[in-house]
Amino acid sequence: MSTNSQKYRNSFLKEVEANVEEGEWVKMCMQCGVCAGSCPLGKHWDHPPQEIFMMIRAGKREEVLTSDSMWMCTSCYNCIARCPRGLPITHIMHGLATYAKRLGLAPKNQPTQGFSQLFWDNLMKKGRVNELKMGLSMYFKDGFAQGVKNAMANQKLGQNMMKAKRMNAMEIIGGHGVKNPGDLAKIIKKAQEIEDGNIQDFS
Amino acid sequence: MAKIELSFYPGCSSQTGASSSNYLVSAQTMCEELDITLNEIPDWNCCGASIGYGGGGELPRLTLSARNIALSEEHNAGQEIVATCAACWLSTREAKERLAEDEQMFKDANTALAEGGLRYKGEVGVRHMVEVLIEDIGFDAIKEKVKKPLEGIKIAGYVGCQTNRPFGIAGESFENPQYLDKIVEAVGADSIPTYEKKVQCCGGALAFSEPEKSQEMIHGIIEAAYDNGADMIVTPCPLCQANVEIYQDQINETYGTKFDMPVVYYSTLMSVAFGRNAKDAALNGHIIKAKKLEEIANK
Ligand code: SF4
Ligand code: SF4
Ligand code: SF4
Ligand code: SF4
Repeated sequence: MSTNSQKYRNSFLKEVEANVEEGEWVKMCMQCGVCAGSCPLGKHWDHPPQEIFMMIRAGKREEVLTSDSMWMCTSCYNCIARCPRGLPITHIMHGLATYAKRLGLAPKNQPTQGFSQLFWDNLMKKGRVNELKMGLSMYFKDGFAQGVKNAMANQKLGQNMMKAKRMNAMEIIGGHGVKNPGDLAKIIKKAQEIEDGNIQDFS
Repeated sequence: MAKIELSFYPGCSSQTGASSSNYLVSAQTMCEELDITLNEIPDWNCCGASIGYGGGGELPRLTLSARNIALSEEHNAGQEIVATCAACWLSTREAKERLAEDEQMFKDANTALAEGGLRYKGEVGVRHMVEVLIEDIGFDAIKEKVKKPLEGIKIAGYVGCQTNRPFGIAGESFENPQYLDKIVEAVGADSIPTYEKKVQCCGGALAFSEPEKSQEMIHGIIEAAYDNGADMIVTPCPLCQANVEIYQDQINETYGTKFDMPVVYYSTLMSVAFGRNAKDAALNGHIIKAKKLEEIANK
């Protein structure tokens, strides 16, 4: 990708194309606005996907990467099903969010960012997700006092789930997992290394 | 009916003692009746769901699914992979398609898998259980199996997002899929084809991180079911099931409603209609009891 025309593009678009999942699709957006009306949590987005694509082309790096918007994506795939240009919008949103996080630009205390990381860490420990532990760490992520408050608020839900045998207290001690979490960790560490190695420096 | 053998990816939420264990039990009952054998992929790992993106990035996430496919290709050779969880199906199929399109990604995933002595080929099909029902079994064959029709029960078919998009079910539209209504009819219950919230997102994993915002959407999903005169909601997705069922108490507190709407799986309906007992249909696994199904199952 070293054609002459490359240098006329603003560098943020180039950065997105190089470093963001499915970023090479951004330039294909024709600003029709269909995706902007498709996000279930749309009214909470400061910038809907259509606008984000426009901002990338306008070189608004800070504004895009510090935005809370991408973290409101519910992965509902409405946009992908509808976009006339076939942009993999869901993945670009996920990609922008993780890229912002990698650069330390993602908004602090964004709840979905926290939850997403918890989910991943939980998965990495045993290879399978332990929902009970994940729920507890989610409650306690804002400190002990808040955690007790959160847990109390959801106590009835927890009891109901236990009664219906859909939450097993034994999961705290043992729980499900793959046979050799060390092997899985090695595989994912390698994948992480390869991904890190592909990131180009634009700073 | 021909015997069907499939390589089964159950997913975390279906494990014993997890939030959707009721799905696993009823799906197994349904498969017994339909002569479908599910061979669990040995030592499968979590697929990372959609929400794992924020922790895992791209290649690590794709590699998680590639590991499951590689294990299936090694141990359950020649069998298609089937998932009951929408998110599992989506992640696995998405990984397969991405690795097929992108040669470098394919190589990188294999480099990573080699650390654990595995090799990914990506030649096997990845399907959702409802595809097997519709395409391999068929609505007529389902109808023939019914011993106790679910007469007089009105059921809102809630398809949700990820069983529906982006891959969808062949021959169905993204905006107004009909197959769930057809399953409802096949087991002798009354469907509501004009249930307007059938593909409304419930918030997915954001039900955890953004509870107020998600519960507003869930409120709408349940309200529309009541407005359409539904006795219960049926869904093909474990997260849809959990999200729409378990927060009803909290929603009632916020909105001053008196929601008490059972939310079951297609496999719950089929297990009862095929004449199996309440335990095999996992009716005890619901927080809001599906009393009308219990009555029929206990008859
Ligand atoms: S729907 Fe597609 S083409 Fe239209 S604005 Fe959104 S991304 Fe761009
Ligand atoms: S997948 Fe994300 S970006 Fe696409 S419509 Fe849903 S919430 Fe919006
Ligand atoms: S998507 Fe959910 S159920 Fe499926 S493997 Fe991942 S965590 Fe488990
Ligand atoms: S309806 Fe909710 S749980 Fe079901 S697929 Fe959509 S976001 Fe996921």
